Amino acid sequence: MSRIHSPVELEEFRKSILAERDPNKPCITLCSGSACHATGSKDVAESLVQELEKQGLTSEVDIRRTGCHGYCERGPIIVIHPEEICYFQIEPGDVPEIIDQTIKEKKIIERLLYSDPVTNEKITHESEIPFYKNQERLVFGSNGCIDPKSIDDYLAIGGYGALSKSLFEMTPVDVLEEVKKSKLRGRGGGGFPAGRKWEGSRNAPEKTKYVIVNADEGDPGAYMDRALLEGNPHSILEGLVIGAYAIGAQEGYIYVRQEYPLAVENVTLAIKQAETLGLLGKNILGSGFDFNVIVHQGAGAFVCGESTALMTALEGRVGEPRPKYIRSNIKGLWEKPSVLNNVETWANVPLIINKGADWFTQLGTEGSKGTKIFSLVGKIANTGLVEAPMGMTLKDIIFKIGGGIPGGKKFKAVQTGGPSGGCIPENLLDLKVGFDELSQAGSMMGSGGMIVMDEDTCMVDVAKYFIGFLTDESCGKCVPCREGLRQMHRILDNITCGKGKESDIALLEQLSETAIEASLCALGKSAPNPFLSTLRYFRDEYEAHIKEKRCPALSCKNLISYYIDPDKCKACMICAKQCPAAAIDGGKKKIHIIDPDKCTNCGTCFDVCPSRFGAVTKISGEPVPPPIPEKDRIIIRKSKEK
Amino acid sequence: MPCQAGDLTLKIGNLFFNEPLEKNGPRRNIRKATMDNDRIDRIIDKHRGEASSLIQILLEIQSENRWLPRKTLERIGEKLGVPLTRILHIASFYKAFSLVPKGRHEVHICMGTACHVRGATRVLDTAQERMGIKPGETDLDLTFSLETVNCLGCCALGPVMEVDGRTHGKITPGEAEDVLKKLQVG
Repeated sequence: MSRIHSPVELEEFRKSILAERDPNKPCITLCSGSACHATGSKDVAESLVQELEKQGLTSEVDIRRTGCHGYCERGPIIVIHPEEICYFQIEPGDVPEIIDQTIKEKKIIERLLYSDPVTNEKITHESEIPFYKNQERLVFGSNGCIDPKSIDDYLAIGGYGALSKSLFEMTPVDVLEEVKKSKLRGRGGGGFPAGRKWEGSRNAPEKTKYVIVNADEGDPGAYMDRALLEGNPHSILEGLVIGAYAIGAQEGYIYVRQEYPLAVENVTLAIKQAETLGLLGKNILGSGFDFNVIVHQGAGAFVCGESTALMTALEGRVGEPRPKYIRSNIKGLWEKPSVLNNVETWANVPLIINKGADWFTQLGTEGSKGTKIFSLVGKIANTGLVEAPMGMTLKDIIFKIGGGIPGGKKFKAVQTGGPSGGCIPENLLDLKVGFDELSQAGSMMGSGGMIVMDEDTCMVDVAKYFIGFLTDESCGKCVPCREGLRQMHRILDNITCGKGKESDIALLEQLSETAIEASLCALGKSAPNPFLSTLRYFRDEYEAHIKEKRCPALSCKNLISYYIDPDKCKACMICAKQCPAAAIDGGKKKIHIIDPDKCTNCGTCFDVCPSRFGAVTKISGEPVPPPIPEKDRIIIRKSKEK
Repeated sequence: MPCQAGDLTLKIGNLFFNEPLEKNGPRRNIRKATMDNDRIDRIIDKHRGEASSLIQILLEIQSENRWLPRKTLERIGEKLGVPLTRILHIASFYKAFSLVPKGRHEVHICMGTACHVRGATRVLDTAQERMGIKPGETDLDLTFSLETVNCLGCCALGPVMEVDGRTHGKITPGEAEDVLKKLQVG
C-alpha cells in the first residue's frame, strides 16, 4: 500500500479494491465480538479455515472475522454472503455440514436457522429476523460486514469518503455548521449538542487545540462503545479527523480502557493503516491539513469517563474531576481548548457529512435526532446491542426487538442511563426514548445501557447495587459524594438486611439532596438517581422491607428463607447432593428438610429442584413452617403398594 | 458488606508489601517478581521518559510483571523525577494496578448490572466462601486472586465468571464451586 495524495487517488484506490472483489464469491462472515468470542467463535474460525483447506476451497470462499453483530444472545453467528444466510449458535462441529451443504450445494440447514419462539417459523435472512428488522442500524450496521483489521474493507463500503468531502469540498466552518444543523447530541451521557461544543473550541483564541475520543466506557452492563471500537475503528477515526478539521486541532487522543485489549489492538492498527495511506499524519490526502492520533489506555477508574477527569488522567495524573467554571472546550487538556466526544458521537459524524444534516434530522424526536445504540441486557429474551431511532417507544425496543421477558415472567422495570440513571416502571413503557423524554421520567439516556428487570428483581437491591458501585468509584474529592454515598449505601444495606428504620427514607432523601447540590461533577450530582427513581415508582417495596421485613421480589438474601414443601418433595436427592453447605437432610424416599442453622441462602436447591416438582419455595416476611414429624417423612410409593 | 475500616488498613498495609513472604508452607511457581532495572528503563525510554506517560508506563509494567513492587516504583520515580507519593497515589487510585503479588489463578467475577440481576451476588458469595478471600485480595499461599469487574461485555452469558482468561458463562453458584475446587486441587 502506498500513500494517497488526493481525493482522486482515493477514489481510484477504492475502485481497485472493489474491482478485485467478486460480489458473487461466497463469503462467510463470523462474528468475533466479545460475547461470541466467549461462546467459542475462535474455535469456529479455526475449524472453518481447516475445513476449507481440507476441501480445497480456500481460494474460492472468503472468511471474514467481523466485529459484534449485536445479537449476542445467539452467538456465535455466521452470515453467508451473498445470499445473506444467517446461522446461529454455531459450534465447530457444525462447520463441515455448512461447507458441504450451504457453500457447495447451496442448501439451507434448517436446524441452524433462527426459529421464531412463538410460531416456530424458520427465518433464513438476517434482515427478516425480528431482532434486526425493527432496528435502524446506521452506525452499527457496518460492523457485520467488515473485518476491523482491514482498512480495505472499510474503504470498500465508502470509508473515508466523508473525510475527503470535508477536506476538499467544505470549509471547516461548513463542517461545523452541518454538524450544528444535524442537532447531533453527545452519545456518552450528557447529551450536550456536539456542534455547540465544537464551535466553542473553534472560536477559542489558543492555537493548539485537541480532540478526544472518550472510550472509557465504564457503565456496568453497557458495551456498545467497545463493540464499535473493536468492530469498526476506522469510522471513529474518520469522525475524529473531520472534527479536528472543523475546530482546527492537530492532535487527538483516544482514551480507551485497558480492560478492552482488543479495542486497543484494533484501533492502534487502524491508526497505523490510516497513517500509511496518508489518511492521518502530515498533509492528509494532499490537503495540507496535519493531524495525529495517540492511543492512551485508561487504568480503570469509572470517574475517568467524566470529561475533566479524563483530561486530568491524560496528563498522567490521578483522574479527579476539575471545576468547570470555564468549560473544557475552552480550557481542557493542558489548559487548551479540547473537544471530547463519546465513541458513538464521533462515529455519527461521517454519516452526517456524507448524507447531510437534513437526512439525519429526519430521524428522531424534536430534541433528539438520529439513532442510539442501546445495550439491551438483563432479563430479556434477546440480549444484545440494538440501534433504534430516537423516538421509538421503550415497549417496542423491549418487546419487538428484545423479544420480551423470558420464562413467562412479568416485566417490572427497565433501568436506563447506567449507574446515574433511573428505573422506569411498566406504566411508562410508552415513553419515547430521547434525551429529554428520559430525563423527565427521572432517568436519563446515559451511554445507552438498558437493563430489563422482571418480577424477581428487588428494586431496593438495585438501588443499593448502584449506590454501592458509585461509592467504590467515587474519586473522593467531594465530601457529599465520598461520605454521603457511603452512608446511603450503609442505610440501603441495612434495609435489605431487615434492619431498616422508618426514618431511613427521609434520611436517604436528605443525603441525596446534599449530594446533588454540593458535588462537583456529574458522578456525585447524579449518584442518588437510582435511589430517587426507585423510590418514586416503587415506594411500596421500600416500605415492605422496612415495616414488614419482607422482600416482595423474594430476592434479598437476609429477608428470605428457603423451604421445601413436604407435599411436593419427591425425595429425589438432587438438591441434597448439590447443596454446598450440606444443609439438606434427607434420603431416598425420605422427604428433605433444610436445616436453617446450616443454610447459607445460596439458592442452589431452588435452582436445581426439577420444575415439575417445584418443591423448593422462598418465604419472606413470615415464619418458616416447622418441619414435619419424622414419621411422616418416609414416602411410600403407590406403585410399590400394589 | 461494608467493612471500610478493615479495607483501608489492608490497602495501606499493602503499600509496604514488597516481596512475597517466604514462610507459611509451600510456594509453587511463584515468580520472583521484582523486575530488573534494565527492563524498567527500557519501558520508560519507550515512552520517551515523559512524566505525563506515567500511567502508561505503570500499565506496561503491571501487564508484564502482574504487580508493582515498591522497588520498581522507586526506580520509576528516580528516572522520571516524580516523587514516590505521587506514583503511589496513582497506583492506588486506578483499579488496574496491584501493589501485592497476584495468585496463580486470577478469578474475575462480573458484577455488571446484567449479571447482577441474574444472580451474580450469589456466585460471588460462594466463591468468596470457597477461597476465603474478598474481592481485591489474594490468599496467603498465592493460589487465588479474586476481583470483581464491572462488565466483561458478554451480558448475554450472565452471570459470568472468568478464571485465568477463560469465560464461564451462565454460571450457577454450584458450578462456580466446582470450577474453583478443581483448581485448588490441581
